Amino acid sequence: MSISRLFAIIKKEFIQIKRDKPSLVISIVMPLAMLFLFGYAVSTEVDHIPMAVFDQSKTQESRDFINAYRNSLYFNPDYYVDNIDELNNLIDTGKVKAGLIIPPDFSQYKNKMTNVLLKIDGSDPTTARTALSSGIMVAQYFSNKNTEKELAKKGMHIPNIGIDLSTKVEYNPDLNTLTFTIPGLLGLVMQNITIILTAFALVREKEKGTMEQLIVTPIKSVELMIGKLIPYILIGYTDFLMVLALSIYWFRVPVNGSISLLLLLGFDFIICALAIGMLISTAAKTQTQAMQGAFMVLLPTIILSGFIFPREQMPSVIRAISDVIPLTYFLDILRGIIIKGISANILLNQIIIMTSMGFALLLIAVLRFRKRLD
Amino acid sequence: MEYVIELKDLTKRFGNITAVDKLSIKVPSGKIFALLGPNGSGKSTTIRMICGIIKPTSGHGTVLGFDIVKESEKIKKSIGYMSQKFSLYEDLTVKENMDFYSSIYGLDKKEKVKREKIIIDMMELHNRENQIVGTLSGGWKQRLALGCALLHNPKFIILDEPTSGVDPVSRRLFWNTIKKLTSEGLSVLVTTHYMEEAQESDFVAFMFNGHLLTFGTPSEIIRENNSNNLEDVFIKYVNEHGGMDKL
Repeated sequence: MSISRLFAIIKKEFIQIKRDKPSLVISIVMPLAMLFLFGYAVSTEVDHIPMAVFDQSKTQESRDFINAYRNSLYFNPDYYVDNIDELNNLIDTGKVKAGLIIPPDFSQYKNKMTNVLLKIDGSDPTTARTALSSGIMVAQYFSNKNTEKELAKKGMHIPNIGIDLSTKVEYNPDLNTLTFTIPGLLGLVMQNITIILTAFALVREKEKGTMEQLIVTPIKSVELMIGKLIPYILIGYTDFLMVLALSIYWFRVPVNGSISLLLLLGFDFIICALAIGMLISTAAKTQTQAMQGAFMVLLPTIILSGFIFPREQMPSVIRAISDVIPLTYFLDILRGIIIKGISANILLNQIIIMTSMGFALLLIAVLRFRKRLD
Repeated sequence: MEYVIELKDLTKRFGNITAVDKLSIKVPSGKIFALLGPNGSGKSTTIRMICGIIKPTSGHGTVLGFDIVKESEKIKKSIGYMSQKFSLYEDLTVKENMDFYSSIYGLDKKEKVKREKIIIDMMELHNRENQIVGTLSGGWKQRLALGCALLHNPKFIILDEPTSGVDPVSRRLFWNTIKKLTSEGLSVLVTTHYMEEAQESDFVAFMFNGHLLTFGTPSEIIRENNSNNLEDVFIKYVNEHGGMDKL
């Protein structure tokens, strides 16, 4: 193998990337766009749910009850209506996601069981689920406080027996969605960029006919392959570092585990992505076909890897598919190291599977690539 | 006499199809040799075997004294090749393409500077060094392609339909350059569909259906066939060996 030939290819490849707008956009704009899109737009946290109130009691008691909802921060009871039709209309038009209907005799709740209705718009299950559970919780807490007070007036109190459940949320105590999404995004960005750019670069030579000139030169297929891949390893890895830096310093998602382990395994994963990109390029004749192939591969990895939807809930067949996606294991590794701060021996399984997948894919890709050159 | 190409019973089969059938030929060095034949006659397959890109099914051959099977690496280093379709990098400049191919052929820095200057002078590419190749016109692209094929100072150059789709003036200039280089010792193999170009070559060979039909100087071949020119010979051969419908 000749080092100077290798350098000539790398240099040529970088000039081509520099002059090719799509490649530049994919390598610089795409990681930033994905990071900020997922970082800001995708949030599954639900609070301040807009709520309408039909208060037929209009007493101090009913106002205290409504305030309890506001103070929970889960609800914004900003719409006051005078009849049930108006409330239904607000839910229909989507102005509010919940409606609280307080009966005229509400203030009697201190002495007798009083029924209050909370209507919820169930079309978006995520919001509805939060509205339902927190709505029940607010009312129960309000009701229990009252029971205690009434009993105390009669010189009684609730006996101190039963179960007192203490909770402790580990790793992400604030249940911050960003803390969960951003580490996964690191893997996704690196995967997408490396796969698309690699597939593009390898097909380009075939599509433009420049391969015809190369095969009559003393260049060896292994030199051509390595020379063409090194730039994309560098770009994919630089993007990984860029997104990592932004997630630490901009999104304030700290790395709880070993950064050097993270950097090492990041490199490991690039090999997987590179091999997938090469495989796509061996099947495609044009850059358009390569793009289509890349999206066919990328879409299932986004949905099935556990990046958005938890894998535990998937039916066994779908889950089996997700088992053969390298990103699945890299996401476990990323979240393990960044969020949980766990060490390599706990992640050993994932590391072994991902590394073996990487080498197997690379071997197949190299064999197919060389066969095509000869 | 020294021979640039020596082929003996060279055969190439792809499955059931015999693309080249027992081709034997000896081409003297320092001459222009035109390989003629209709599309699909086995010209390209022969060229690919001569370049060492594909291996023959049987038979053997040497190019510049190197075995086409065992020493294909040495052949690739010593020959230049220019394909009918422009296959340099359109998104690179003239200079960047030359730099790339100089490095690929292993020229050191000093040689590179020297050879690039010679080529730029020879092809009159001054003031175009920093132009993006994609913006060059057809004639200039062709000059650059020839220039890049000559960068490493090969002893033998293969030109696969080099003048198809090029205007007459550029074609004239191109042939003048080729002739000048041959006078300095370069051996040339050219395939072409232009009979007036074949007429200017030192040797001509006709291929049809994988067979070599004739080999000799243009005047010999015209005389042997009692024809007026190579075009008549070409058509006569095609008719004798199965006619137009076999094309």
